[in-house]
Amino acid sequence: MKLFVPRDAAARALGADAVAAAVGAEAARRGIAIDLVRNGSRGMFWLEPLLEVETAAGRIGFGPVSAADVPTLFDAEFGDHPRAVGPVADIPFFARQTRLTFARCGVIDPLDLAAFEAHGGLAGLRRALEMTPHEIVAEVTESGLRGRGGAGFPTGIKWDTVLKAQADRKYIVCNADEGDSGTFADRMLMEGDPFTLIEGMAIAGLATGATKGFVYVRSEYPDAIAVLDQALGIARAAGLIGPDVLGSGRAFELELRVGAGAYVCGEETSLLNSLEGKRGVVRAKPPLPAHEGAFGQPTVVNNVISLASVPVILAKGATFYRDFGQGRSRGTIPIQIAGNVRHGGLFETAFGMPLGAIVNDIGGGTATGRPVKAVQVGGPLGAWMPVAAFDTPFGYEEFDGAGGLIGHAGIVVVDDTADMRALARFAMEFCAIESCGKCTPCRIGAVRGAETIDRIGHDPGAEALLRDLCETMRDGSLCALGGFTPYPVLSALDHFPQDFGTKTEAAA
Amino acid sequence: MTETRTILIDGIPVEVDPAMTLIQACEQAGVEIPRFCYHERLSIAGNCRMCLVEVVGGPPKPAASCAMQVRDLRPGKDGAPPQVRTNTPMVKKAREGVMEFLLINHPLDCPICDQGGECDLQDQAMAYGVDFSRYREPKRAVADPDLGPLVGTHMTRCISCTRCVRFITEVAGAPELGQTGRGEDAEVTNYLGQTLGSNLQGNIVDLCPVGALTSKPYAFTARPWELTKTETIDVMDAMGANIRVDTKGREVMRILPRNHDGVNEEWISDKSRYVWDGLRRQRLDRPYLRRDGRLQPVGWAEALEAAAAALAAGPVAGLAGDLAPVEAIYSLKRLLDGLPEARTECRTDGAALPAGNRSGYVGTAAIAEIDRAERILLIGTNPRDEMPVLNARIRKAWLSGASVSLIGRAADLTYDYSHLGTDRAALARLLAEGAEGAHDRPSLVILGQGALRGADGAAVLAAAQRIAEESESGFLVLHTAAGRVGAMDVGFTHEGGLDAALAGAATVFALGVDEIDIPAGPKVIYQGSHGDRGAHRADIILPAAAWVEEPGLFVNTEGRPQLALRTAFPPGEARENWAILRALSGQMGAALPWDDLAGLRRALVAAHPHLAELDAVPANEWHAEPDGALGTGPFAAAVTDFYLTNPIARASPLMAEMSARASGSMDVAAE
Repeated sequence: MKLFVPRDAAARALGADAVAAAVGAEAARRGIAIDLVRNGSRGMFWLEPLLEVETAAGRIGFGPVSAADVPTLFDAEFGDHPRAVGPVADIPFFARQTRLTFARCGVIDPLDLAAFEAHGGLAGLRRALEMTPHEIVAEVTESGLRGRGGAGFPTGIKWDTVLKAQADRKYIVCNADEGDSGTFADRMLMEGDPFTLIEGMAIAGLATGATKGFVYVRSEYPDAIAVLDQALGIARAAGLIGPDVLGSGRAFELELRVGAGAYVCGEETSLLNSLEGKRGVVRAKPPLPAHEGAFGQPTVVNNVISLASVPVILAKGATFYRDFGQGRSRGTIPIQIAGNVRHGGLFETAFGMPLGAIVNDIGGGTATGRPVKAVQVGGPLGAWMPVAAFDTPFGYEEFDGAGGLIGHAGIVVVDDTADMRALARFAMEFCAIESCGKCTPCRIGAVRGAETIDRIGHDPGAEALLRDLCETMRDGSLCALGGFTPYPVLSALDHFPQDFGTKTEAAA
Repeated sequence: MTETRTILIDGIPVEVDPAMTLIQACEQAGVEIPRFCYHERLSIAGNCRMCLVEVVGGPPKPAASCAMQVRDLRPGKDGAPPQVRTNTPMVKKAREGVMEFLLINHPLDCPICDQGGECDLQDQAMAYGVDFSRYREPKRAVADPDLGPLVGTHMTRCISCTRCVRFITEVAGAPELGQTGRGEDAEVTNYLGQTLGSNLQGNIVDLCPVGALTSKPYAFTARPWELTKTETIDVMDAMGANIRVDTKGREVMRILPRNHDGVNEEWISDKSRYVWDGLRRQRLDRPYLRRDGRLQPVGWAEALEAAAAALAAGPVAGLAGDLAPVEAIYSLKRLLDGLPEARTECRTDGAALPAGNRSGYVGTAAIAEIDRAERILLIGTNPRDEMPVLNARIRKAWLSGASVSLIGRAADLTYDYSHLGTDRAALARLLAEGAEGAHDRPSLVILGQGALRGADGAAVLAAAQRIAEESESGFLVLHTAAGRVGAMDVGFTHEGGLDAALAGAATVFALGVDEIDIPAGPKVIYQGSHGDRGAHRADIILPAAAWVEEPGLFVNTEGRPQLALRTAFPPGEARENWAILRALSGQMGAALPWDDLAGLRRALVAAHPHLAELDAVPANEWHAEPDGALGTGPFAAAVTDFYLTNPIARASPLMAEMSARASGSMDVAAE
């Protein structure tokens, strides 16, 4: 009997380790031979720990399971049980997804290279090895893949710049400093299918002429660090990376670097400083990292999801990938639904699904059952989108047009009890704590912004002052940390003025 | 880059190098851009956000003009030149916003701030800010680190531009400052509470755009608008750094660098900057005669009479010291030339500088050539002690890829070098093997005075010249004395050097000679400014002006004549050097043929025309010195204590403290 209990940090936080131990003990007690696989998470966190059993009819799920449920599951012979959720692939939340990047996440043992290959892994890398760097870059450009870290810069163009740069050494840097609140796609992928990331980085190396890569992971992800570390060892032993990638004679080495806990190090130039062992402060651009990045060499800095989306593009072709999505947002996006929501988790789908459908149909509304008040998309510096904007299709330009951003595609839902003024103030406080302190608008604006929000309501000039302050931060900041902090503040102020108790609203 | 690009700045078309940043292009167009963090000799930080401009057709928000290059501008429609605007409402509002931010935390304590009147923040707040603040919350305050006796700190005023951090790290090569903390807690501070050790640290006071870093010795003594500013030349080393001396009444209040791309860029060493308290102490302000073994004050008439008699008494050795201006040296030479038996010598340190061969005692390379050099060989020199600003240039070349080699004592020069050895054997080895072929790339040989001071100095010079010749390198003799090249230029030398000059002399005329002990025996006439070693040995003291107190010509280490101007007046009865010598010649009945400095200079440049070519580095015809036998042993150090190399510095309590700090015996110096 083959059983699956996730090893994903979210599942473990909900008791997966205890469940796995209980399964092992119970099977031993009953003398049943089992094959217990610690897979990644399927991304349906309200069902975690999600225990799966392989049957002739596919994998049947039970969740959420506690250790106490385990004997009863054995009693029921993993059939009819109160925790049964049926075939996992048929759960609507899962069935409605288009899993390209996360195709194997939650399905396989993340450290089982054979299973990885059996589920389509390495096909992209094998194809890339038969292509010239220009062909690989053209394929990625053609696919329409854009940076999934938030800025949405076309990945192929970035790679092309590095390919064309003349240098003795080039680097691929994977930005796995996933610090945005309500986001977990990078973590899930690294814990659930690390070989996909390694494969994607190797392809990036082949495409740009880089022979060395770094994965910069935040220290707050100990599980991801452990899995990646083991995965790198396995990949190296199997010749997937190293001096002779899959026997091609081409080298690509990968190194894991762990951050020290600064949100701003998710900004690519700060990340590079931190990677080099320097103080994690933003660098002025230009020079772009693609020209002078890590250690002064041309460097591709891509988000985990961007790199992990490359293997499927190479394996199935650019056209296959770009046929998903809409407008200039092509392919799929792993949307992370969090906050006050009934069905929180990772939902990978083609671009274009309206925000309201994601929140209400997929997420099932709020966990408290109260009406949704707003959702924040794109992390702590993303705009608050009111219910009125729920028809906005999920896409880079579409959100930009609605005054927001998709960022790393994390969605945080709040219900009607939320105090938007407090949330706006939180954005300023967050920026004040996480600002690297380098540029004037961010360093000073965030602290004074929080104070100015406190003045609104009893100081008639405060709202105008806050708007001016936000404009200076947005227009003057060196990087997106200070530049985007005004988004949650002003969107809260614009859409929910009543929460700020301003005189204009009192009159209205 | 030769290809230029036309862009429109506020509608004015300008042709600029595409590698230029927008802020530089705007400057070329005559459009002023406010800035705090940007400095053209430092790396680009892009953090103050004051230099925002509008790029037409770009993103709908202002761009930092210091961090954007002209080549990154996109052309307008139909290939129209790209447009940058600095006077639009968007730019105005952005600048006002940033300025308002900067002033939120700034204490606005201008009335008690030394920067007042020459403060970038004041000026730019006037020009680009508004006259009130809408923020009333408490300001941030920061504790002040102790950076030592030179740089005062008031970090609450700091706007975190990081110019000081970048200077100390990049130019001075002593990463002793940094930023710690994040967000509003970010502060510029020193490393683990240590004071600064760099001998270029004073430059951070100039770089600080606000009053966060101020000059400690100058603190609360003057306001910039009360000062008389005189542009002149520094003599603390042989670089001839361009400086500005600020005086109030007859006191020198401070010394600041001036920009000269060919010489000191815009830096000066701490000795050049802070030596001025030495101008107020140990001064010779009246003539003295030694009677009954004791120096006793006398009048000028009596002193000149005694000096004339001493000069007439027998063979005379005229010696020129390290700080003497060319006019005084030339006057002394002319005066002594009229005596029946007199010799002149300026090489008091015994360095084997070849008389008459300028390619041997100056070299062929200009200081600025260091920038372009890809290989630099240092022989018997520690440029960090001998000429800190030049050392910073070598570091700059090294940072842009030059390789440096050293034969001489190993020391921390702020850059990596390949150490070929400490002694003459290493030089001989290099000579035998041939210097690494650098024929296709610009290279330099820099020879220090320490290498020339031994008995085999002439052979060392010849060897160094041979290496320069064979590797087709430029050759630069690194002097330590500001007056030396000028003295060599007017031929103030004697066959056989110092010993031969002194041999059998009945009288020694010491013109500011303070670095050697004149042997017992002859009568010594000392003409100089400070009661230092020379005055102690003297029998007759003729009190003279220090260099800031008289106009004078100095020829720097690359052979560049530059004019120092009078910024103050000599104290008491002290007189200008040339005037004393003119009076003495009259006393001797053989008056020098000039009545004023202009006349003296006319005679000087008639005899030595190149000295009229101010601020030019003449090309010196190459003459290789004849080979000789190299001795053995390591090269001597030309400078053993950077802070105490001349009588003015030795009179300065501040230099004494810095010297004690550098040598680690601070308690003694703290009195």
